[in-house]
Amino acid sequence: MALQMFVTFSPWNCLLLLVALECSEASSDLNDSANSTAQYAPNAWFAAASSEPDERISVFELDYDYVQIPYEVTLWILLASLAKIGFHLYRRLPGLMPESCLLILVGALVGTIIFGTDHKSPPVMDSSIYFLYLLPPIVLEGGYFMPTRPFFENIGSILWWAVLGALINALGIGLSLYFICQVKAFGLGDVNLLQNLLFGSLISAVDPVAVLAVFEEARVNEQLYMMIFGEALLNDGITVVLYNMLIAFTKMHKFEDIEPVDILAGCARFIIVGLGGILFGIVFGFISAFITRFTQNISAIEPLIVFMFSYLSYLAAETLYLSGILAITACAVTMKKYVEENVSQTSYTTIKYFMKMLSSVSETLIFIFMGVSTVGKNHEWNWAFICFTLAFCQIWRAISVFALFYISNQFRTFPFSIKDQCIIFYSGVRGAGSFSLAFLLPLSLFPRKKMFVTATLVVIYFTAFIQGITIGPLVRYLDVKKTNKKESINEELHIRLMDHLKAGIEDVCGHWSHYQVRDKFKKFDHRYLRKILIRKNLPKSSIVSLYKKLEMKQAIEMVETGILSSTAFSIPHQAQRIQGIKRLSPEDVESIRDILTSNMYQVRQRTLSYNKYNLKPQTSEKQAKEILIRRQNTLRESMRKGHSLPWGKPAGTKNIRYLSFPYGNPQSAGRDTRAAEFSDDDSSDPGSPSIMFSALSRIGSLQKQEAQEIIPMKSLHRGRKAFNSGYQRNTSQEEYLGGVRRVALRPKPLFHAVDEEGESGGESEGKASLVEVQSRWTADRGHGRDHNRSHSPLLQKK
Amino acid sequence: MGSRSSHAVIPDADSIRRETGFSQASLLRLHHRFRALDRNKKGYLSRMDLQQIGALAVNPLGDRIIESFFPDGSQQVDFPGFVRVLAHFRPVEDEDTETQDPKKPEPLNSRRNKLHYAFQLYDLDRDGKISRHEMLQVLRLMVGVEVTEEQLENIADRTVQEADEDGDGAVSFVEFTKSLEKMDVEQKMSIRILK
Repeated sequence: MALQMFVTFSPWNCLLLLVALECSEASSDLNDSANSTAQYAPNAWFAAASSEPDERISVFELDYDYVQIPYEVTLWILLASLAKIGFHLYRRLPGLMPESCLLILVGALVGTIIFGTDHKSPPVMDSSIYFLYLLPPIVLEGGYFMPTRPFFENIGSILWWAVLGALINALGIGLSLYFICQVKAFGLGDVNLLQNLLFGSLISAVDPVAVLAVFEEARVNEQLYMMIFGEALLNDGITVVLYNMLIAFTKMHKFEDIEPVDILAGCARFIIVGLGGILFGIVFGFISAFITRFTQNISAIEPLIVFMFSYLSYLAAETLYLSGILAITACAVTMKKYVEENVSQTSYTTIKYFMKMLSSVSETLIFIFMGVSTVGKNHEWNWAFICFTLAFCQIWRAISVFALFYISNQFRTFPFSIKDQCIIFYSGVRGAGSFSLAFLLPLSLFPRKKMFVTATLVVIYFTAFIQGITIGPLVRYLDVKKTNKKESINEELHIRLMDHLKAGIEDVCGHWSHYQVRDKFKKFDHRYLRKILIRKNLPKSSIVSLYKKLEMKQAIEMVETGILSSTAFSIPHQAQRIQGIKRLSPEDVESIRDILTSNMYQVRQRTLSYNKYNLKPQTSEKQAKEILIRRQNTLRESMRKGHSLPWGKPAGTKNIRYLSFPYGNPQSAGRDTRAAEFSDDDSSDPGSPSIMFSALSRIGSLQKQEAQEIIPMKSLHRGRKAFNSGYQRNTSQEEYLGGVRRVALRPKPLFHAVDEEGESGGESEGKASLVEVQSRWTADRGHGRDHNRSHSPLLQKK
Repeated sequence: MGSRSSHAVIPDADSIRRETGFSQASLLRLHHRFRALDRNKKGYLSRMDLQQIGALAVNPLGDRIIESFFPDGSQQVDFPGFVRVLAHFRPVEDEDTETQDPKKPEPLNSRRNKLHYAFQLYDLDRDGKISRHEMLQVLRLMVGVEVTEEQLENIADRTVQEADEDGDGAVSFVEFTKSLEKMDVEQKMSIRILK
């Protein structure tokens, strides 16, 4: 699959090659003094040719110079995008290796092409471009998509691990390499301590998020997830701060006489830079949240405000030599909560997608540049240095992981197991960050820069490919005790049930954390921050309006699919059932198993499943909608019947597919009050077209089955005299009929009824309004039901 | 945990602890959660309170889970009842199995009790058996709408068939347990934070 994709690249590359070859020929023919940078100057060719008759207008001109840089950059990005498409088309591949591997490969390919054609690559990467344009989007995306609640719950451990881990790694690797360099045999005597330390700091810039996608199915626990995420987030900032500091040191003290005062000053500076950056970020975050409060009428600029303020925080921090990365991270984290509530739905989506796009473009460019550097002549291979670098990277990471976690486990309520620590150790994959820092080492200060770059490349390739590919199986091996591949259908069903059950009970338990701090912050937040930063008169039905939109679309889809699937229904199957349960053949079992696996609902993931390169697809929303509709209908039915959730003898109802529960015996009389409340709602509301249409279509498919079950149903209903819903049903039946007919003719806008509900309930979570809406929905839903029942005699003629 | 006045004393804390096996810290947290869910400060939870948990609304088994908190048709659940249900999900530790006093009743988080809890989610009419119909209902809940009714019935048939040993067309608790003997129920139905 991926190979096919690569084949299609060849037209592009042929074009590039042709142009390149032609231009190189042209330039080699002409005098090279005309162009000092050895780039192509087809213009010169034309100029030379037409230098005698210089009034002639050339009919066909070629000016590659003008567009070279943007053209090639665009081609690279396009190439990477096509490769990603191919990568995802082959479904098993994303689970096997992280996407960064793919990007590295694409980069290497582009590098090979450029090397092969002797084409000079455009100068995409130099220090200012990297730090000003390529790095901020990557960091912003990491900060924005971080789940805040788990982050702050584990913030102590995360800070302890990220900060100290980075420091230990950097200093440890640097010092060990320095001692290696002292050994005369390796020929590294001219690499002094500072350079080694600098190398250590840049090589310890890990990018573990890249591997998260690989072991997502193993459903690692939330704390582990957060540790990896938090480390990725803070690690970039810390290594860049260290890097800049050490470069400053190198510039100042070329003769290695560093006094203790300088070291102390360095430490103090480290802390100030870090904290100052964070402070800047928070301030800018609040400012931008405040501004989004006023953008109701011009929602098109909301994404712009978000991006501009984040970028501004970065630049402002950089002006004062504070850590811009930490600033932009803090800005994103602070801003996210309030901005998400203020901005419109479309702006929210735009922000998310745009952020992903920008960061993905940046990272692609860096990886391609890395590929270009790989395939080139500017390498210096020193066996000792490279092997020891690799070894020390692993050793020091292991040391830092196990030591730091051992200490932090003493203070944690839920300590990390050895398995978790192994996973954290193994996820130390280096990525674009370390390459960039290595590439941007100033050659004047680092005469052996090429060796550093080579060593960095080797480490990146090794960790990204070998660790990236094997971490999936490792996690699965550590996690699963018995891999019973061929599970019986029973087991599969029950396992899924238990997963759902567990997720549900976890939701009942809620999130446990350090209550005091969190509660205090929540109180402060409610009392002051939200008043200032969140829009006034935000209709509670912003959640409701989102729900509306989902509902409408879903209902329409369901109608359409309902109509299609009813044609597949067949009667004879019923006769078979009556004879007895027939034994199913193994092929049937297989197909049943497949149906089950592919169609069962996924368990709700409590943590935001973060994928660095992609936004979550919409399947879980669709699933949530289906479940919600089902629940509504049940609630609706139960309200009408006068009891909460029916138990007992199941009866054949039309819309079994849409009910969570069967019908059953009444509960205690306490339910009657509830029924009374809702009966008013029932009669007042004319109807909800969409849901009903879907019900009608479903009825079509189920009608034959239920035809014979109608009669027992009616008798059952007659038997239930215990509730007052009896009278309600009679009166409402006529209304429902009328309502339905009206509705069937004229589908009205779906949600006018809901608007009234919008203001009800003032719970902070806002979910109460959702439940109200649901009960409102269930009120509407009943129309459809009764309609069906009354129409069943007509349909029975089939 | 602090000396805040809002940490009310839990009534019968000792008996609850003995029955469920929770630690004092976990019990305090659960009490805090109970009070957070009990919006009108009634002292007990009704179905509405549990339905306010938004995440349960999108859980296919949400309604059944809520219902399991109200055994025997009651309308309210007090704190001991709340904790009793959650005790099923306490992780099984080695000390539980070691100090097994044969005279004491089985702890709530034993494998058998966990399975019994799951069994009750299926067996709505509490007749001790999962009939084919009940299996079909659970299947309907857990599967998307693309699967046709016919396929679902096949699956339900097959499921009951596999587990049913005495041929009565329904799955009793013993048969249910047997069909899951290879599964690590203790780990699947344990929530780490409920120590």
